[in-house]
Amino acid sequence: MIQVQNLSKSYNGNIVLKIDNLEIPKGQSFGLVGNNGAGKTTFFSLLLDLIRPTTGFVNNNGVQVNTDESWKSFTGSFLDENFLIGYLTPEEYFYFIGDLHGQNKADVDALLNDYVEFFNGEILNNKKYLRDLSKGNQKKVGIIATLIGRPEVVILDEPFANLDPTTVNRLKKIIKKLAENPDVTVLVSSHDLQHTVEVCDRIVALNKGEIVKDIQTSTETLQELEVFFAV
Amino acid sequence: MFFKFIYLEWKSFLRSASFGTNLALKILMAFLVIYFTLIFLAMGVGAFYVLKKMNLEPLVTVNKFLFYYLFADLVFRLIFQAIPVVNIKPLLVMNIQKNTIVHFSLWKTFLSFFNWIHAFFFLPFSVVLLLEGYDVIGVLAWTLAMFCFIYANNFLNLILNNIDKLFAVFFVIVTVFAGLQYYDIFDITDYTGTFFQQFYENPIWICIPLVIVSVLYVFTFRFFKQNLYLDAGLALKQEQAKTQDLSWLNQFGTIGTFLKNDIKLIMRNKRSKTTVFMSVLFLFYGLIFFSPGMHQPKVMHVFAGIFVSGGFLFVFGQFVPSWDSSYYQLMMTQNIPYRGYLNAKWWLIVIVTAISTVLASFYIFFGWEYYLMIVVGAIYNIGINSQLVLLGGAYTKTPIDLTSSNGAFGDKKAFNMSAMLLTIPKLLVPVLLYGVGLHFNNENLGLLLVALTGILGFVFRNKVFSFIESKYKTEKYSTIAAYKQKK
Repeated sequence: MIQVQNLSKSYNGNIVLKIDNLEIPKGQSFGLVGNNGAGKTTFFSLLLDLIRPTTGFVNNNGVQVNTDESWKSFTGSFLDENFLIGYLTPEEYFYFIGDLHGQNKADVDALLNDYVEFFNGEILNNKKYLRDLSKGNQKKVGIIATLIGRPEVVILDEPFANLDPTTVNRLKKIIKKLAENPDVTVLVSSHDLQHTVEVCDRIVALNKGEIVKDIQTSTETLQELEVFFAV
Repeated sequence: MFFKFIYLEWKSFLRSASFGTNLALKILMAFLVIYFTLIFLAMGVGAFYVLKKMNLEPLVTVNKFLFYYLFADLVFRLIFQAIPVVNIKPLLVMNIQKNTIVHFSLWKTFLSFFNWIHAFFFLPFSVVLLLEGYDVIGVLAWTLAMFCFIYANNFLNLILNNIDKLFAVFFVIVTVFAGLQYYDIFDITDYTGTFFQQFYENPIWICIPLVIVSVLYVFTFRFFKQNLYLDAGLALKQEQAKTQDLSWLNQFGTIGTFLKNDIKLIMRNKRSKTTVFMSVLFLFYGLIFFSPGMHQPKVMHVFAGIFVSGGFLFVFGQFVPSWDSSYYQLMMTQNIPYRGYLNAKWWLIVIVTAISTVLASFYIFFGWEYYLMIVVGAIYNIGINSQLVLLGGAYTKTPIDLTSSNGAFGDKKAFNMSAMLLTIPKLLVPVLLYGVGLHFNNENLGLLLVALTGILGFVFRNKVFSFIESKYKTEKYSTIAAYKQKK
């Protein structure tokens, strides 16, 4: 589904990301782990054509993202609160994204209905604009909005950060369910090894911009990663 | 400690992403500042002799008009003078006295252009008074009093800035007094003139403005200090959300989706609301030019014609795509080509321009030829200027923080001088075209030229749009990077 060729990003000669070759097959749930500054967000930003690659390119379902925009129709993503429109209510935001994917109100409502538990009564019908929601609640809105329009690729940067324990567990359930669908490729990044191992079939660890581990998840994976990241 | 603050300010100025693009503007602003400085200087030196020539006692006359001068100053400040914001939040928990922080924010305002510009009038005027043999103590007291009033205005602006639309109230007050004076019903300046004259005649009166300005300083200081909490002056005001159902716009497809969003953007953010309010004022701009008794050069009429319908285009369109800066990354990853995004903005501008043109039909009372001028201006706005602002938008890298315009310390200025400066090139071409027509002694030829250029722009808009789109694409990454940096 996603092919990365010779991809690198450098700022003033400092290489912050260098991935020679990476292939993420369709339907895989892909976890990206690494310390701060390892290049996780840089990688996702390159996937979404938000920053310009220094060399190489990313192919998303055969579409080279920095030359063709058609990947946008099947890719849902949420990196941070810069993806939210502060002056809209959550509902309006969902409908807005729905409109852009040709989904009418009823379609969006039907989708939201599945996530009532996740929202925990704090999102819908609350008479608040997105800018007035707490960080955690904003994140809930952003994550669910990526699912509108049945995307084939879902990209979430640090989805577990800032969420309460209950919501983290609910989110894990959502991501797992999403990953069960053979048509949906999920990409998740996190500092939290345990969460990532739980929801992903494959874990890639980045360190200083390079891939240092690439493993299919098994019972030993968590231990292996913990050893790797131990001080 | 103040030195450290100044160091921080300087760094934030130098390191902002918009520094480069702003530099050109800053140079232009500098020219503007020099221009006004020279005007004030000339006024200061010249006022005495001009008034003398008119057989008026200069000081008394100046005192008479001071009432309006000070009120106008306050109105201007309320609209234009930005509240200087030190980046306060990170300082709160540091080992710095709160008083120091507040004092610094207040003293910073002393350096504002709005304060020292007056010195260029009052100082030379006072020097001339001295040279002409006025009483030294009297003149000194009077000058000091003037500075007290200017700084009193400065503090009033800081306190009153929290209240929306107050400048309109002041504006009305001044207009009412001016009207009463004009029709000889009641002349407020008889009283205020005598009052201001007292500072010269009885220098002891200087105590009054000194007390006023000190009290205001203390009051402003307390006000700011009380608001130095995360949930007070530094907090964002929360309001209850109102949902609007704009689903009738759905019939316009993607453009409708964006229009819905833009309408909400305008209605729910103070900054955009004020901007649009300003654009309504543009509708009346023509009154200055078209009223009988106003003898403006004919070629400038087209200027007014462009402005009347172009208010929204200039104040809102100018800042596309900055309005969407806080969620620009979302826009760039959603299922929308640039074309659609730009098209939607273009339609919004065109629709509002068309509505303004219809609203401006009251100019027919001044004569058909004036309304024709406005219609031609609107055609030019729709055909050429709407695309020019979008093109300029590709290089607009200043994020607009829609949410920050709240709380006592927030920068509340929705109106931006730089927006006005950017409009100049958009006006020169039609003025030149119209001038060509006038050169051949044919007004209609001039109008025809302007209108034809507009229509040409409209006809070729697909070509132009492709060009604009390519510019946006090449600028995309640096725009995203600039918008990510919160100011």
